[in-house]
Amino acid sequence: MINAILVFNNHGKPRLVRFYQHLAEEVQQQIIRETFHLVLKRDDHICNFLECGSLFGGSDYKLIYRHYATLYFVFCVDSSESELGILDLIQVFVETLDKCFENVCELDLIFHMDKVHHILQEVVIGGMVLETNMNEIVAQVEAQSKLEKAEQGIAGPAVTVPSRWQGGLSAAPSRAVSAVKNINLPEIPRNINIGDINIKVPNLSQFM
Amino acid sequence: MALKMVKGSIDRMFDKNLQDLVRGIRNHKEDEAKYISQCIDEIKQELKQDNIAVKANAVCKLTYLQMLGYDISWAAFNIIEVMSASKFTFKRIGYLAASQCFHEGTDVIMLTTNQIRKDLSSPNQYDTGVALTGLSCFVTPDLARDLANDIMTLMSHTKPYIRKKAVLIMYKVFLKYPESLRPAFPRLKEKLEDPDPGVQSAAVNVICELARRNPKNYLSLAPLFFKLMTSSTNNWVLIKIIKLFGALTPLEPRLGKKLIEPLTNLIHSTSAMSLLYECVNTVIAVLISLSSGMPNHSASIQLCVQKLRILIEDSDQNLKYLGLLAMSKILKTHPKSVQSHKDLILQCLDDKDESIRLRALDLLYGMVSKKNLMEIVKKLMIHVDKAEGTTYRDELLTKIIDICSQSNYQYITNFEWYISILVELTRLEGTRHGHLIAAQMLDVAIRVKAIRKFAVSQMAMLLDNAHLIASNTQRNGICEVLYAAAWICGEFSEHLEEANQTLEAMLRPKVTTLPGHIQAVYVQNMVKLYASILQQKEQSGEKEAAQEITQLMIERLPQFVQSADLEVQERASCILQLIKYIQKLQIKEVPVAEEVIALFAGELNPVAPKAQKKVPVPEGLDLDAWINEPPSDSESEDEKPKTIFHDEEQRHSRHRQPEIDEEELARRREARKQEQANNPFYIKSSPSPQKRYQDTPGVEHIPVVQIDLSVPLKVPGMPMSDQYVKLEEERRHKQKLEKDKKKKKQKKEKRGKHHRHNSLHTESEEDIAPAHHVDIITEEMPENALPSDEDDKDPNDPYKALDIDLDKPLADSEKLPVQRHRNVETLKSPDSEAPLVEKKSKKPKKKEKKHKEKERGKGKEKEKKVIEEEEEKKGEDLDFWLSTAPPPASTTQLQTEPVVGAAVVAEPQEVKKEEREERDEEEEDEGKKSSKHKKKKHKKEKEEKSKDKKKSKKKSHHSEEETTESVQNGTLDDEPLPPMSSYRLLAENPYVKMTYDIQGNLQNDSQVTVSVIFENKSTSFLKSMELNVLDSLNTKMLRPEGSSVHDGIPVPFQLPPGISNEAQFVFTLQSIVMAQKLKGTLSFIVKNDEGSTHEKLDFKLHFSCASYLITTPCYSDAFAKLLESGDLHMSSIKVDGISISFQHLLAKICFHHHFSVVERVDSCASMYSRSIQGHHVCLLVKKGENSVSIDGKCNDSTLLSNLLDEMKETLSKC
Repeated sequence: MINAILVFNNHGKPRLVRFYQHLAEEVQQQIIRETFHLVLKRDDHICNFLECGSLFGGSDYKLIYRHYATLYFVFCVDSSESELGILDLIQVFVETLDKCFENVCELDLIFHMDKVHHILQEVVIGGMVLETNMNEIVAQVEAQSKLEKAEQGIAGPAVTVPSRWQGGLSAAPSRAVSAVKNINLPEIPRNINIGDINIKVPNLSQFM
Repeated sequence: MALKMVKGSIDRMFDKNLQDLVRGIRNHKEDEAKYISQCIDEIKQELKQDNIAVKANAVCKLTYLQMLGYDISWAAFNIIEVMSASKFTFKRIGYLAASQCFHEGTDVIMLTTNQIRKDLSSPNQYDTGVALTGLSCFVTPDLARDLANDIMTLMSHTKPYIRKKAVLIMYKVFLKYPESLRPAFPRLKEKLEDPDPGVQSAAVNVICELARRNPKNYLSLAPLFFKLMTSSTNNWVLIKIIKLFGALTPLEPRLGKKLIEPLTNLIHSTSAMSLLYECVNTVIAVLISLSSGMPNHSASIQLCVQKLRILIEDSDQNLKYLGLLAMSKILKTHPKSVQSHKDLILQCLDDKDESIRLRALDLLYGMVSKKNLMEIVKKLMIHVDKAEGTTYRDELLTKIIDICSQSNYQYITNFEWYISILVELTRLEGTRHGHLIAAQMLDVAIRVKAIRKFAVSQMAMLLDNAHLIASNTQRNGICEVLYAAAWICGEFSEHLEEANQTLEAMLRPKVTTLPGHIQAVYVQNMVKLYASILQQKEQSGEKEAAQEITQLMIERLPQFVQSADLEVQERASCILQLIKYIQKLQIKEVPVAEEVIALFAGELNPVAPKAQKKVPVPEGLDLDAWINEPPSDSESEDEKPKTIFHDEEQRHSRHRQPEIDEEELARRREARKQEQANNPFYIKSSPSPQKRYQDTPGVEHIPVVQIDLSVPLKVPGMPMSDQYVKLEEERRHKQKLEKDKKKKKQKKEKRGKHHRHNSLHTESEEDIAPAHHVDIITEEMPENALPSDEDDKDPNDPYKALDIDLDKPLADSEKLPVQRHRNVETLKSPDSEAPLVEKKSKKPKKKEKKHKEKERGKGKEKEKKVIEEEEEKKGEDLDFWLSTAPPPASTTQLQTEPVVGAAVVAEPQEVKKEEREERDEEEEDEGKKSSKHKKKKHKKEKEEKSKDKKKSKKKSHHSEEETTESVQNGTLDDEPLPPMSSYRLLAENPYVKMTYDIQGNLQNDSQVTVSVIFENKSTSFLKSMELNVLDSLNTKMLRPEGSSVHDGIPVPFQLPPGISNEAQFVFTLQSIVMAQKLKGTLSFIVKNDEGSTHEKLDFKLHFSCASYLITTPCYSDAFAKLLESGDLHMSSIKVDGISISFQHLLAKICFHHHFSVVERVDSCASMYSRSIQGHHVCLLVKKGENSVSIDGKCNDSTLLSNLLDEMKETLSKC
């Protein structure tokens, strides 16, 4: 079983936190801090395993981590997992991120934490490994993004959002958008002449 | 309208989304906390809006803040709202947030049950997937119980994507709801052979997790896993299976034998290091489990060690680490094969990687022998000096002590050396392990008599240099050794050469800066020292000197009397008085030394840590017996005759218990003694422990080399342990020479004598005799100590609950509850056609049938037989599999390596095939039979199912279950019951339907709880529901404090379209003898695309008299007494035109009127119930041909007549 998956950068800023057992937020932060200090001390040429069960409250636990550029990927696992297997899994996870974000960098993780979580959910659920085949993972992630886009798509062909805004707009209107279903958005400025809306319209073009 | 919407949506574009939030936080580095709290305020505003998109956006931001450590549990309800959004996009956001912050303590989690069930059965596989993923993180026991069946159904979903998720989540469900394991297991097993490799892998994963905790229950799956192991190409699955085998082999050595070959093949063939490593690990486990009897035993070990050496020598630090880890496992059973790689391991001690050094240290522990102990410790001491971090140094220190003290100082040949090592270790700065060193010093000095003289001299030096140790406040930890030093010098002061000097050292003013407990020991041991000096001086007639020393004590002791530490103070003042008294006597020239020394006469022996626990209970003392009989509660005994019986039973067992225990204990003790006798390492606590060394041949003949203590020590008090290494070498050399001379002589003697060592030790080791006539005193134990050594298992182990026998057939009661809301249309999932019951194997069906047989006892006996047969069969299967030659699968492996002659392999293979075919046929037959059974039983199962269905909804569970039980009480026929619901329609309109049920409150005699189920029938969202009732004088709705009688009570939830949920309202009443009706109104807001409207629905709440009754079981004798008592009013009714069976009739009365059957004879039954205010109601129901007459007795005649009227109404509907 995997007990926790943590991703943080070289300064200990968390980028992804996923505990598979409930812990209070303060405890989580404490663990992240301590884990960070533990791995920070270790240079890149020493082994990627760390025994620190006490940190997670079980002697059975082991930290297995990998360091990529500015990010640490740390998995806390118990003895039922194969150490080398988990190392491979981290690699698979990172490569998947790379595929999904196209040359992933820390910024992608910073601004798309939700998406990273969704990708992770296709790899590990409830502390158990769901899928190790990268193509399969990517396929499922893409299918779900498609579904998400389709739901937005109801808004009409005009609302095609540049991909970098996706996360932002994906959280946007459902009912309202469905109300404008048949309105061609670029024409809105011409149609609407109500005071304050008019002012905001120029901003809209940014999104086009 | 449309414009308004557009405006709203444009406005929203200027709400912060997640990216804006992140950007904002990055731009406010100085006042991050302030900025975030501002954002949280905004989020709170957004959550108040009705737009689900806005809410989802807010929840998404909250998830981010949660990662930064902010508690977002306050938004739990909003998260649920977002979870129930119809769009996947929002749903996913909601579930993600829930998976991050929900847990068992989240109270609103119970509101999610229906939503999750709906999502699980969604036609969109990703809705289901997202719900499963979320559930895996926050499943609670309640959710697990309610959803177990839904998830199990998903295990056979058409999409492998859902199947594999469902399979994995079942493990979480098992953990939270262990009862689900047995019914779900057959299907889980099925999934091991799923066509999709992902599902297969998931099933393997789950079973491995289960088996790891309770391996014995999964032994029967070994053949299946073996097949998978030899056929699968997925390394991930292989690793899991191989790991599982590692857990299973200790339980079944034959399995290990079978495994060795395919595993060695894998080791040879695989290129994946991870697989290789796990194979090696499992081979090691197999070898550990096999005590003997393997011809190529050593070859396998050699192979493992050889492969591990390659790993350790690899430049990849990870492989190095794992190699060392696995090596330490081999070490335990085959130390010799590891010891030959000592060079490699010592080399790892120099590694720059701390993890690797620590692993190497672990290995060292097992690699020491008498021969190399000094050498290894010397190396470690060098590392101690070099080590930078205190953690690693402390680790080294504990390891040194561990290594030396292991198995009762087995490997120490020279204790002087060991004491020197300990003293050297006191030089460590800032160590936390001072107490450890101190404990070792004490232990060695107490238990090794021969070393006391040396130890005392060293300790005296330590005391003399106490300032070095105690000077630095940072070195606090190490000053613990002074505790040991003071005690040893005091207790064994007869060995002290310069006692005066030591005493003075202990009386130095600096001592008062030491911690209190150490000072206390100082004070106590000063007196011991003083006593021995006194004796010495008196004997040699130096009266002056004796008086001088007394004077010194009197002068210096007051500094301790002033101590802030209570114990120091107490001891010091006590001793001061004693010494003043001695001084008086001395002045009178009375010899006092003898008397003073008598204060400390006798030896202190070490006591084993477990000694207290093991003091046996003296004969004739019964700790469980009452000293005074407890006062008997005669009143309640009359009413509850059953409890008396129960009590008696307990008392019986109480008496029986010790007898069994004693027998068992005696047996165990005997076995243990036997074992001890055969164990050459066991040190018997016989009166003369010296025996141990006398047994060693040749020891007596070896002249003990005296170590010249005059070797100058470089630092005062700091001995050099290194010298011993050289001395030891010389000594051994001499010893060897002498031994050679005597060899011939001894040969004859040896033969007759018992050997202390077994073959494990090399000959050269055996030859090394200890330098001192060492006498290791064992720790004292009470006489007749109980020899039990078992460590108690942790009772809180969550995995213990999953220790379930999976081979036993399923019982009826174990079926997973099919949790469906009775008022909601059954939402069919794509696969729900396959009913749960069908999945059960053939055997449980038999059981079902038997369950309903009239003679229940007999049925049970048969069941037992069936179970036994089944178990036997399983056992045979496994035996069969284990005893046969390697299965075809493994032979195919051999074929890939064309080394072995094919002809040799072919024969067993054929035989095996035949056997297999036979078995397959058998299985087919069984399959057919069971399918027939299925058809026959199908009807009944359906009925069963409907019964199960009723057991939904937690709240109503209680009463219903009891009803069914009581129905069974009175049921002798094998008749199915029609489904019944206690929920009656309250009111209905196009938007909402309300049904309700009233239950009495056991705890409060004037309250009833009304459970109302609200079902949203529309396609709109219902919110702000408020329920209000016009109170009557007698019956009032319980409103929160401070609200007036005209205020309604808000319903604590909102209803999305098609959803139903239950709310409870409490009413207080004064009299319960009459039925009541209350008028009420439900007001709510309907919200849909067109906007929202305010709606109302009026209803009449009917409190029947039956709703004041609580189903209470009653025993026939108590019932008879009640009837005899005569203070009950009587009344009766008769209803004609009853066509339903008597059983149905009783069931109806039980169910709707909350009665229980006391006794039933033919078509006559007595029934009982009790009101919340304590009225007894007794019924006698008689069925004629077409009529039913009911005679009732009750404390209150009005209540009785009302009840009977209600019953009449119910029955007339039949």
